[in-house]
Order: sequence, then structure tokens, then C-alpha cells
Amino acid sequence: ENKAIFDAESAKEVVKELRDSFVTGKTKSYRWRVTQLKAMLKMLDENEPQIVAALRDDLSKPEFESSLYEIQMLKNSCRLALKEMNHWMMPEKAKTSLTTFPSSAEIVSEPLGVVLVISAWNYPFLLSLDPVVGAISAGNAIVLKPSEMAPASSSLLAKLLADYLDSSCIKVVEGAVPETSALLEQKWDKILYTGNGRVARIVMAAAAKHLTPVVLELGGKSPVIVDSDINLKVATRRIIAGKWGCNNGQACISPDYIITTKDYATKLVDSFKCALERFYGKDPLESKDLSRIVNSNHFDRLSKLMDEEKVSSKIVHGGQRNEKYLQIAPTIFLDVPVNSLIMKEEIFGPLLPIITVDKVEQSFDLIHSSGGKPLAAYLFTNNKKLKRKFVETVSAGGLVVNDTAVHLAIHSLPFGGVGESGMGSYHGKFSFDAFSHKKAVLYRGFAGDAFLRYPPYTPGKLTLLQALLSGSIVGIIRALLGWFWA
Amino acid sequence: AKLPSIALLSYAELVPEPLGLILVISSWNFPMGLSLEPLIGAIAAGNAVVIKPSELAPASSSLLANALPNYLDTQAIKVIEGGPAVGQQLLHHKWDKIFFTGSTKVGRIIMSEAAKNLTPVTLELGGKCPAILDSLSWSWEKEVVAINRIIGAKYGSCAGQACISIDYLFVEKPFSSTVVELMKAMIKKMYGDNPRESHSISRIINKHHFLRLKDLLIDQKVKDCIVYGGSMDEDSLFIEPTILVDPPLESAMMTEEIFGPLLPIITLDKIEDSIDFINSRPKPLALYAFTKNEVLKERLVSETSSGSVVFNDAIIQFAADTLPFGGIGESGIGKYHGKFSFDTFTHYKAVARRSLLTDFWYRFPPWNNYKLELLENTYNYDYFGLLLVILGLKRSRKTFHVN
Repeated sequence: ENKAIFDAESAKEVVKELRDSFVTGKTKSYRWRVTQLKAMLKMLDENEPQIVAALRDDLSKPEFESSLYEIQMLKNSCRLALKEMNHWMMPEKAKTSLTTFPSSAEIVSEPLGVVLVISAWNYPFLLSLDPVVGAISAGNAIVLKPSEMAPASSSLLAKLLADYLDSSCIKVVEGAVPETSALLEQKWDKILYTGNGRVARIVMAAAAKHLTPVVLELGGKSPVIVDSDINLKVATRRIIAGKWGCNNGQACISPDYIITTKDYATKLVDSFKCALERFYGKDPLESKDLSRIVNSNHFDRLSKLMDEEKVSSKIVHGGQRNEKYLQIAPTIFLDVPVNSLIMKEEIFGPLLPIITVDKVEQSFDLIHSSGGKPLAAYLFTNNKKLKRKFVETVSAGGLVVNDTAVHLAIHSLPFGGVGESGMGSYHGKFSFDAFSHKKAVLYRGFAGDAFLRYPPYTPGKLTLLQALLSGSIVGIIRALLGWFWA
Repeated sequence: AKLPSIALLSYAELVPEPLGLILVISSWNFPMGLSLEPLIGAIAAGNAVVIKPSELAPASSSLLANALPNYLDTQAIKVIEGGPAVGQQLLHHKWDKIFFTGSTKVGRIIMSEAAKNLTPVTLELGGKCPAILDSLSWSWEKEVVAINRIIGAKYGSCAGQACISIDYLFVEKPFSSTVVELMKAMIKKMYGDNPRESHSISRIINKHHFLRLKDLLIDQKVKDCIVYGGSMDEDSLFIEPTILVDPPLESAMMTEEIFGPLLPIITLDKIEDSIDFINSRPKPLALYAFTKNEVLKERLVSETSSGSVVFNDAIIQFAADTLPFGGIGESGIGKYHGKFSFDTFTHYKAVARRSLLTDFWYRFPPWNNYKLELLENTYNYDYFGLLLVILGLKRSRKTFHVN
């Protein structure tokens, strides 16, 4: 069966259709938003086995991770939006001052219009539908372009969204570079892109032509600083959960590398060895609880990182691979050189280098010198001073003390990067805000027209107006007195 | 930030931190305000700043360059003067944020350059800000007040050279001649019989813009619509307050941002027709409506989109610093003023803290359905469900076949 080519013309038509739908006001109505979100909940409920199967096809993702991170988190987003949307949609009153007296003001949230969501392959459902939930709750029409590197998920998304949601306002366009480029040529009211920095630059440059605002959810090397005076067992478990428990390290907020003191390193490594065996068994390649590497490109990329001469000798645990099944076991390196490949680019895989320093405070300098601000940074310590220094000096999208990755699940925290790790944020109400225009509305009366505003301009008028603008009662009285006595 | 109770011994907060190094590029029409207002926000948020004032306002630019070093910390705040070439050079560097006030055309260039470094931008652009004058025939006084405000917003805002100036005006047909007569009278009152001699009106910034405005009136079809004013003096770069009625909609006057003291009045059969007209054009920075009709007000707020909406006045929203000031679509990206200025130059870092004491054992592999049940209930803050699972009374998960 010949699939029609999706080119710039097709993209234009899609956008036009959505714009026509948007203009009718359909997506703005509270009822529409509620029906869509409820339909999405139903869709997730009724298709859990299919979603789990698709993720297994694409990533060998363990059912546990699929259910929890891709389905459960999504359902929670829907439920939160359904619960809070009414409140989010209400205009926010703004205080007015003497300057504009008499007046009243408010900030009104309105949908941006027609938005484009481009998602990634590692959490294909979560990263596609979480932004879509936000866009729906804000009243927009949407095109979703899922990643072609997770093809089973992409086509399941296309099918499910067409079956359950309003396809006159929400569409899925599948495809790779040509289709994405065709979409990027069009004028959108917002683009939310999840992926890497290289493509993000292309997305933003395309957006610049139409002055389209963007949210870019990228990545980086998320460091974990491990202090010595801690509950090592708990810390180790939590690092493992954030690293190998999240799509086998292929997650934007996965701990990328560890910094710890020279003295503590061996204890840490031993603790890892113990816990890893307990979680994944003696032969991790046999464990059902680890995702595989997504494709051979990434497998080769990771192999290259492992095999670099000055790095391969530093393996202290793991290293097993199976090229046929695209599997790499949890692998730990100790004291790799700071200028090695594995320390230069985002790993995005099950390799964990440990860098050692003399004193734990030195880890902050290391993080600052390692290049762009990461999406997340983690610290395990009981030392209050260290915690404070960490929060004050380390800049990243989000910080977590004594755990990894959990900040994702806290809906009252915005999820996004800074610098190279991205711009803008979403989750919870931040999703609603990301897809809304906050319009300022000022209501004035006709009374109290300040004739002072109009020409002919005189020094007396100026003094009085300046006093009025400053809002100082004393100033106003003085100016008035000056006026009357002039 | 609020956390649900099961999060137990966890803590979440948003920590504001400066973005780092900011580039502020400002425009020539309000050279002091548009340079310093963003600077204030950037300083309040703790950043280092470079200001590039507009070279088209050279006296202001050099005043800023000379005065700021005498008062502010030159190691963190610098003024770099120059034109497009200097601007280009500055854009080649990596900034943590770029704040630009100016035209839509240059806004696109700035954002394209910023994309190379993934630099976030705030773009304060322009557009054609429409004003709607509803018939206020129940009150002569109110009409006068409205007209005064419209005239002040047009000719009193740097002779119309302001991004939030009223660009054009909608009036219902039967009312339009009264409006024109009132305007003529009020203009005379404010600017006298010889506006050029009054010291109350700005000049056009330079020859280039003067000729641009002159060109808007070259077309005879447009020239015929002038009902007041129209005189121009190239030597003193002066253009008289000018009113036109119903110039052709395809003319440059009605398709490009005027940015000058020429006010087209578009007459309509019903004032509500203005809504479709506005929606068929790019979203403006501001929408003004002088009306007492509550239904119209509501329709305007909900059926049109603009940076801001002001009822019964104009320009003044600039002074209301509890309201975000910025555009949408082609009129801009981002906002500032008041706390919004602080926010625009700040990164709100999410910080979550957990204790090493409590842990959910079922978070860790090897995984099975039981653990998943527990975790789902925990995740949904479903304490009762959690209890049921632990007691073995709840088993709603279907077991899947894992190959």
C-alpha cells in the first residue's frame, strides 16, 4: 500500500484545517476540553496492554516502567487537569494603583491557537501526551509528531488518538525528517519540542521565521554528587532507580555521572555491585527489568564510549553486551579522564562513570567547568551546609537532594531546562500556562480624566503628573499646593 | 511548592536564580525608558547586562553610554553603542537571554541568531494597534473624554511613533462626521492653530522615516481621504496631526504599522464588525475600545487576541505594572514590567529534597505485579487503596504475558 507523501502542501492543509476548527471556538469551550481529557483517560485505561506491547517492541521496556511512567503518570496529568482546569481558566485579578485610578485589571488566559508537539523516542507516550494534555487544557488545536525511532508507539498513538479524540482538532502526523521539516515550515502558535540540542536549534530557527514561541525540553549531563556520611544503601538504590530503572539510562534526567571523594569511591562501587546484583541478577542481560538500547546507531555510539582506550580499562563492573538484542548491561567506570568522550557528551545509556575528587566541595567546580547547564543535578548528603551550597551554586533545570528523578512527579514543580538543557517548562499548571497567552485587560472609567495629560505641556502639569505617577500622597499634595500657588 | 502528604519528609521549592549575561537591545522612540526598564528587571534578578541603545537616537545613546558608568557597576553593566554592524557582532556571542524592543522584521533576525545558541528571547515588537470608538451618545462629556484620550494616545505618544500608539480607529458610519469634528476641535485646543510652533509634539525621528510616512500619502486615493492636516515639512521633520477617513484597505497605510501622526478612521455599519476585521489581521500589541456596552466588551476580550486590551483609555497600560506588558504572535514573545521583569530575567530552578529515612521498597526491581499495584496506589495518593493492596484485598491488575 502506497503511503501518501507528507510534504509542505500536506502540512499546510493540516494547519489550515486545524485553524478553521480553532476559529469556530470549539476548542475554547470548557466542555470540549473536558471531553477530550476524559476520552484520553478512557483511551489509557482500555489500551494498557497494547501500549505496554508497543513499548516492548520499541524499547524492550519492562512492563513495570511502561505502566508506571508512561501510563500512570499520564493518567495523573489528565486527572489533575480535569480537577483544576476550571480554576486555571479563571481570569486572575490584578491590583491597580493610583496611576490608573479609577480602574480594574485582570489577566485573562486564552489559548494560543494551533500548536505543534514534537516528542522523543525514549518515553514515546509520556512525552507525546503529557504536552498534549497541557495543550488541550489550555484550549488549543494540536498536531502531534511522535518520534519515528519508536515506530510501534508512533503508529499506536496515531491510531488511538484518531479513535478516541476529536480529530478535527487533534491530529497525529507520523514521519521522520522530511515530514518534520514540512511541519516546521508552517506557522504555529507554539512549538513544544523534546529531544536533543542539535535538532532544537533547527526547531527554534524554523520558529523564528514565524516568531513562534517555543518550549525546548532537552538534556545534558546530569551529575550526582555523593557525600560520604549518608545511608549508602538507600542512596545506591535511588541512584540505580534513576539510572537503570529509567529506560536503562536513556532518560533526559537520568543520573549521567557520579562525583565522589577518593576515599569513598570503593565503598560506593561495592554498594552498587551488591544492589545491582540484587535487582538484576547475576547476568543482567537475562533480566526482564531492563530496557534495551533503542537501535543499533545508539548501540554503536555507546560501544564507542565504552571502548575508548583510556576508558575501557576503567570498568569496575558490568560491560557485558549483546549486539543482536541491542543489550548493554549496567556498567560502572571508576576515574575516567575528564576529557574522555564519555565525559564530554550526554551518555543516555547504562554507562555510569564515577569521577573522584579529594574533597566533596570540589565537585561544584567540576560541574561548572563541564560545559552547559544540565537538566537535573543530584546530591546525596546529610550535611546541611553542603545542601545549601548545592542549591545556591549549581544551576540546572531542577535539583534533587537525596534522590534522583522524582521531581518529575511533583506537579507543583515546573519541569524544564536552562541554557543548553532547554527553555520553558511544563507539568501541572505549568503545562496550562505553557500553552496559554496571558492577556492583560485594563478597564478604565471616564471619570477623573487627567487634563494634566494633554498638551499644551506645562511645567506645572509635569510636576503634578510626576507626583501622581510616583503614587506618593505627600508628593501629590505638594504638587497640588504648588499648582494653586503658582 | 505544595506536596501531597504521602510524599512524607519531602520538600519542594522554586528557587529564582539569575540567567547570567543579558543583552538588551532597545529602540529609538523611547530610548531611555526602553533601555533602562529592562535593565532594572535584569539587575533585580541578579544578572550582568549589556545594553545596545539605538543608533537612531544618538544623543540619548551617548548620554546613556556616558552617564551609566558614573552610577552603575561597570564590571557588570555596560553600554555598547553602534548600529546594525555592532548589533550583528554582539549577536554572534552566546548570551543567557536577549531582550529586544523593535520591529517585527528585526525581531525575526534576532530570534534566528539566538537559536544558534539556544538563547531564550523576549521580543517586544509592534503591529497595528486598533482602537474602537463606540457611540457614546448618551453622554457628551464621555465622548469628549474618549476623543481626548484617543488624540493623546495618537499624537501625544511621540507623534504616533510608539508601539502601543493607536494605529487606526473604528467608528460607526452615522457617528463618523461628529467624531472628526470633535477631533479637529480638540487637536486645535491641544496644539493650537500652528502645531509646528507648539512645543508639545514630537518630530519624526529621521529622514528615512519621514519619507516612509510621506510615501504612505503619495497614492491619490489615500490623499483624497485626508480630512484634516496632511502638511509636512521635510527640513524640520515635522508632520502635522493628520486624520483620514476610509483609506483603501489594501493601501500601505492600512497594511503596515504607521508609526507616525496619521490617523485613519475606518467606518463600519455596525461596531461589532470590527471584531472580524481585527481577527483577519496579525495579532496586535494592544487593542483599545471606548465603549459602555458590556456585551461588546466581553466579546472583544473573548473573541480577539492581542498582547493587552484596554477599555476606555489607551497607552496607560504601560504604567500598570501589575499587568504583563508584551505581545503575542507577530507583536512579540514574552513580557515584562513589575514582577514580570524580574521573572523574565530569572530561571526558576525546581528543587526537591527527600529524606534518606523513608523509602518505598516496592520502587526497586525485580518488579512484579504486587509491587506495581502498591506503587500505583502510592502514586495516586490512594491511601485506602494502598491498605487494601497490603491486606491482599485488592487485585485489579490484569497479568500480562511477558515473553
